This record gives sequence, C-alpha cells and structure tokens, in this order.
Amino acid sequence: MADQYLDFANTPFGRSLAKRLGLPAPVRLRRYEQGAALIPGAAMVIGSSELARTTGELLLGWGLEVRTHDAGHAKLGAIVVVLDDVTTPADLSPHALTLSPALKRLAPGGRVITIARPEQDGDAPELAAARLGVTGMLRSVAHELRGGATANGIELEGSLDLSAPSAQAALRFLLSGRSAYVDGQFLRVDSQRGVLPQDADRPLVGKVAVVTGAARGIGAAIARVLRRDGATLVVVDVPQAGDALAKVANEVEGTALQLDVTRPEAGELIAAHAKERHGALDIVVHNAGITRDKLLANMDAAKWDSVIAVNIESQLAMNRAFKAAGLDQLRIVSLASTSGIAGNRGQSNYGASKAGVIGMVRASAPQLSSGVAGINAVAPGFIETEMTAKIPFATRAAGRLILPSLQQGGLPRDVAEAISFLASDSAAGINGRTLRVCGQSLIGA
Amino acid sequence: MGQNLSQNRPAVVIGGNRIPFARANGAYVGASNQDMMTAALDGLVARFGLQGQRIGAVASGAVLKHSRDFNLTREVVLGSALSPQTPAYDVQMACATGLETIGSLADKIKSGQIESGIGGGVDTVSDAPIAVSDDLRNVLLAAGRARSLKDRLAAFAKLRPRDLAPSAPGTDEPRTGLSMGEHQALTTQRWEITREAQDELAAASHQNLAAAYDRHFFDDLITPYRGLAKDNNMRADSTVAKLSKLKPAFGKSLGDQASMTAGNSTPLTDGASAVLLGSEEFAAEHDLPMLANFVDYELAAVDFVSGEEGLLMAPAYAVPRMLARQGLTLQDFDFYEIHEAFAGTVLSTLKAWEDPEFCKDKLGLDAPLGSIDRSKLNVNGSSLAAGHPFAATGGRIVATLAKMLHEKGSGRGLISVCAAGGQGIVAILEAR
Repeated sequence: MADQYLDFANTPFGRSLAKRLGLPAPVRLRRYEQGAALIPGAAMVIGSSELARTTGELLLGWGLEVRTHDAGHAKLGAIVVVLDDVTTPADLSPHALTLSPALKRLAPGGRVITIARPEQDGDAPELAAARLGVTGMLRSVAHELRGGATANGIELEGSLDLSAPSAQAALRFLLSGRSAYVDGQFLRVDSQRGVLPQDADRPLVGKVAVVTGAARGIGAAIARVLRRDGATLVVVDVPQAGDALAKVANEVEGTALQLDVTRPEAGELIAAHAKERHGALDIVVHNAGITRDKLLANMDAAKWDSVIAVNIESQLAMNRAFKAAGLDQLRIVSLASTSGIAGNRGQSNYGASKAGVIGMVRASAPQLSSGVAGINAVAPGFIETEMTAKIPFATRAAGRLILPSLQQGGLPRDVAEAISFLASDSAAGINGRTLRVCGQSLIGA
Repeated sequence: MGQNLSQNRPAVVIGGNRIPFARANGAYVGASNQDMMTAALDGLVARFGLQGQRIGAVASGAVLKHSRDFNLTREVVLGSALSPQTPAYDVQMACATGLETIGSLADKIKSGQIESGIGGGVDTVSDAPIAVSDDLRNVLLAAGRARSLKDRLAAFAKLRPRDLAPSAPGTDEPRTGLSMGEHQALTTQRWEITREAQDELAAASHQNLAAAYDRHFFDDLITPYRGLAKDNNMRADSTVAKLSKLKPAFGKSLGDQASMTAGNSTPLTDGASAVLLGSEEFAAEHDLPMLANFVDYELAAVDFVSGEEGLLMAPAYAVPRMLARQGLTLQDFDFYEIHEAFAGTVLSTLKAWEDPEFCKDKLGLDAPLGSIDRSKLNVNGSSLAAGHPFAATGGRIVATLAKMLHEKGSGRGLISVCAAGGQGIVAILEAR
C-alpha cells in the first residue's frame, strides 16, 4: 500500500518539482496516536453565543490553550466556529471575516470545525438559508485548506448543546487525528443519548465487537483499531479466507469465526459465538463486501445477485437475527461507499447495495434508539487497499491525487477510526447517519 | 491403568483445527512439517482465542521427519501465537502418532498433571527427508574424525560412485520388504473382501466428506492453507462405477484376485492437525466449548513378521481389550471412526470381529464381537477421501468425531487407527 508519489512529494526535490509542474502536493496526514496531543497548537473559538462560551470552557477542560480572538502569531491547532445563533445569511459575515485571517495561522494537520443547527422542515426561509449557508461555507473552506488540515461540522438538532455526550465526542473525534481523512463532512447529533468513556484513549474497554470481512484490507484495519481502543474481537470471514483471518485474530487476540455471512443462520451463529465465548455482543461492524464490476449493459445474474446478497441482504438478515436474539443495546456500523452516494461507472450492483446500506441505517435507527443502541454507516472514498491496488495506475492516480481535497487516498485505518468512533457508546446521539471518509473527494459530492 | 484414570476427572475435547489435506507433490510443495504444523496450531489458537496463553503441553510428531526437526513440536510452539512458556514434545509412532499424542495428553489431564493440552501431528511426503547412503555417511563421519589431510584423503578414497545415490524414505516394512499395500493385499485376500465392497466404501467416503463440506461441518474444523480450502483428494462425484474401472495397484501376485486400487487405497498426502483438550475447569474458565470426553485409549501390536497376523490388524486386538475394560460391547456406539488406510483394512477388521473363529482363537472371546450398524461408520468421510498425512490423521478423526458427538448431544464414538510395524491404537469418546 506504499504510496510512492506521497513519499516522493515529501522529499525536498519532490516538493519543488511538484510545485514547478503544478502537481498536487499531498502531505502526511496527522493521524491519531495514543497519548499524542489532541491538536497541534492552540484552539481558537469564534462566536458570540452561549454555545460558543461553553465550547471554550469544554476545550479548556480538555487541557487545551483556548483563544477567543485572534492575537499573536502562534500556530493554531484548531478553529471552532460556533454559528448556532445565525438567523439570516447576513449573520455569517462577522464570523467568516474573523475566520479569514485566522486560517492563515492554522497549523499543518489543523482543524476548522463549525458547530451549528441543521436546516430542518419548518425553518423560516431566512433561517434555512443561513443554516444551509453554513454547510456551503464549511465545505468550501475544506477545499481551501492545505497541509493536511481539514474542515468539518457538527450539527446539533433542536436545543441540544455541548452537554450532549455525542456532541462532545464528535468534537473530540473531529479535532483528533482519528478524523485525519474525514473532510468537508457533518456529524449530526439528534439526542442527548450516549455515554462518554472513562478513558478517551481506550473508549471500547469491556466491549465485545464483531467485524465481518476481517481477513484483510479495511476489515483487518477495523479489527486492529477496535482492539487498540480496548474492544474484545470476534473476527469473521468466509471459510476460504480462514488463513488470513487466523492471522488477524491472533494479532488482535480475538477469536476467528469462519462463516459466510450470506448463510441464513449467520446472525444467530455470530450472536451465539460472541455470547458463549465472550459473554456479550455490544458492537457489530458489517464490513464484509464484494465488488463484481461490470457495466449494467453487460451484467449477468451471478454478478448482480452476489453483490446484493453479500453487501446488503446479509446485513438486513443479520440485523433481524440480532433483534430476534434480544440484542437491543447493539451498536451497529455498516460499510457504505461513496459509490452508493454518487454512483460509479461499472458499479450499478455495488452502487445499489451501498446506497441500500445508507437507506437501511436510516430506516433502522428508530428501532435502535434506546440506551446506547444505534446504527450508522461509514462511506469510504478512495482507500489504498489490495483491491484498489489493482485499479489501473492512471485511474488510481486521479482517484487519490486530483479529486480529494486532501490530495491523496485514505488508509484502511482512516475508515477504521471513524468506525471505532461510531461504535462507541459516546456516539449514541448520532443515529441513522452515514459519515463519509473520503478526504473530501468530488466523487459523490 | 485406564480404569483408574477414568475414575479421575474427565479430559474434554474442546475442538480442533487442521489444514486441508493435499495430495503429495501438489499444493503444499515447499511447505515443511514445521510450517504446516505451525499453521494448524495457529489456526487453533485463533479459533479459541489462546493467544499468549501457556498451555500445559503440546505434543505432536511426524512419521517422515528430518534430522533437523529433532525438536519439531517445540519449534512449532515457539513460532506460534502461544506463550513461549508452553512445553512441547515429539511423539513418533507411525500412523498412531496423532492419536497417541492426544491419548497421552488426556491422561495427563485426567490425572491432574496439566489443565490443557494440544495434540496432533503432521506429515509431508512432498518435503520428505532424503538421506545420503550409509556408505557415504560412513565416509563423511570418518573424514570428520580425521586429524590430518592425509587421513581425510584416505577416508574420501573409499568413496565409490554408487555411494552418492541418495536414500529416500520408503513405506516398506523393514523386516519384510513388503509395502504396506502389499501387506494389506494379503490380509484383504485372507478375509475374502471383494473389490466391489472396497469400492463401495471408497465411494461412500468421498460422498460423505463432500456432504459434510456442503453442510458447513468443517467451517470450524479446518483453516485454509496455501490457497487450499478443502481436501484436494476429495472427489464429490465419486461412484462405484467409476472406481470399478481402476486397475489394481497392490497384490499383483494375486493375479485376477487383486482388488486393491489407487481408488480404494489412501494416496500419499501432506497435512497437519491439532486438537485442544482441557479439564472441565479449564474449559469453563476460558468460556470454551466442551464437545466430548476422551474416555479411554488402548494400544496393540501383532506379529506380522512371521506372517501370523496381517500388518494392519492390530486394532482388531486393541478394541476388545478396551471394551472389556470399559464394560462395553461393540454395539454400544453411535459413531465408528475406522481409519481407512485401505478400504480392505476397514472391511477386514469388521469381518474379523464378526468371525467366531477369529474372536475365539485370536481374541480369546467366547462369542464374536459381532457386526456394527454400517450407517454409523465414517459418516463424514475418512482417509480414502480426505487423504492420510500419517501423523495428522489421529487429530483429524478426534476433532471430527468430537463435533459429531456434540451435535448429536449424546452417545459414544469408537476410533480405530492402524499403523506401520504391526501396531494399532483405538479410543473411545463420549458426547457432552
């Protein structure tokens, strides 16, 4: 998975050559490390509302150096813009113009985060325009940032504030290196539900998590990250992938379950294994997925049906089985894809299945809305895996370098970080959503 | 001895793992015994979450063994995900190796000596040790002892071109010069086993094994290896009609009476297996399943050199001794796992147990052991279909039978394995 261009572009010669030729200049992203500082510098809070004040207090409480106005020349690790009080597009002006000079001092790997209210049915035209205006501004800022810095937003529904555990958890996630490849996205918090972890570095301690399709690629990375975050793992893959699966199981000190998830009894078998061997089942990551790309004009039943069966029907069936088994406090995270949002040539079957995942989590959320239960999806963009390594060089280069704002493909780990966040109890106030991990790729924009 | 032990606490079969068995000189070319046994062990560790754990003992072995593998099992453990503080030892008892490791570990558990054990075995014909001839070896040893260049040259001067021919390990019996197949051919003839009966058993083995794969029976018994996910000797479409077309491979001196073919004899095979055993306390403490109790096992050997008994008939003698000790009859079992070295071996053994004369004269019984319900024999296939990597077969059978018994939820299973040198090993498992 070595990205030779990324290595080259980060040598002195490579940097100057890329600049002269007008090639993209990707930088190494600031990725999470246990014990590392939350952000690479001070935090600046922009905004005049009560929520802006409590945001500053929260960041102070996290041990950050917090500024409320632009002073000095030190690098800023993050700029949090609190816009919950905008009522008409003109209200954005002072905040945008305060943000403007501060952006120049944002450190490499820095963060711009908006905290605002989502546009909703019943909003007055002025209010709706102001609130949607926030998203347009934020996404454009994300395109503007360089040096591995990202811009993302938190949307707090109703009168929710930062006392909502998921609002705090989302803020911490977006500030940290865990969100390295999340760019131009919004996390919407819809309830006060959620429980913050005792230890932010090991939020999944005591949890039993199942990851399907865990033998390689993104699935193996998910297993590793969940283990790092404290979970006990059950790793699942088809029997034919059992040797690679065993290696992952031994690495994450979990148990290997060789199982084809399209079998009707898959959900029951997974629940039984987790309960009998580990005493519980708290987290399910539906990662197993396949591609059988073909233009629809040339599609055959085997290619179409197998993709639908593995990527979406199996998830629906397993979720029904988990419900029947009385697992009403489950946290489920499914793998969608940007192909499910924008479509992709040659992927009508895959696109159908992945859009299906997005629909499934949205529709399942109301049934998983008590305690810490919940269901969400993560939609990866261009991720460097064995699968994408097979894509022709030029297409791959375009996919990873030109289109995403971060000018590079993501790593399986980046997807895993988002999944670990959504799998945690602290994310229970985020439900039925799909979070893109795509480096702000134009694909699916 | 067994009776005393069986009064102690039970030794429980928790589960097993093997790599698919591969026909020799095929999928596993380049894999050593150590590679394959490590794969089988690591798959077992992964299945049961034993990473970093200290197991009471790991025992395995290989029939065809390189001199460098003097500490094979310990080296396997050191290369595995188990704690390096896990002791290990090698056993070598021809095809009885695997079951002997499991039996001896079960005894250690029953007696309270250890809480957990992993037994199994491995063999590769594709990576068999090839040694230099005895003459060349003597020359090299003499040269090594030489103190001067002159002495060394004198030692090498004794070398003759024919000495350079390597000596490959054979499956011929050293004392008779007959291959195992030729020995069995005599026994098959002695018991008047028909070609058709042998082909029927072989076809059933393939069909049963294939059906077991189809119902996902092996999903938690096998971990793929080197691109192989199923035993590649298996022919799901095997039939008596197809098998009947094969020419005899053994007993050619018997003329048109020869009945043993490549189809009703096991092929040379590469593979490895491992079985996890524990006390009830160990299983409960680690939330592990308990499939079956390893109740008892028995060894026997026969005088095949003089021709008094067939080479592979020792299990016929071991079983009645074990049954008497346990107060059981041959019919008190729900499953019979009789290793299919050759179809003729299984059928000769069954016929011997039905024969009043044999049971009286050879076994000293008042009445024959009698016949078994053939629908309970090798119901998920056996060595004719799966193949037979010598030392790995015991582990394959124990794990398979333990799972079958657990699925049934009650009853007993009988295991019978013949071995070179006129030896045999048999065992009883009981469902949990």
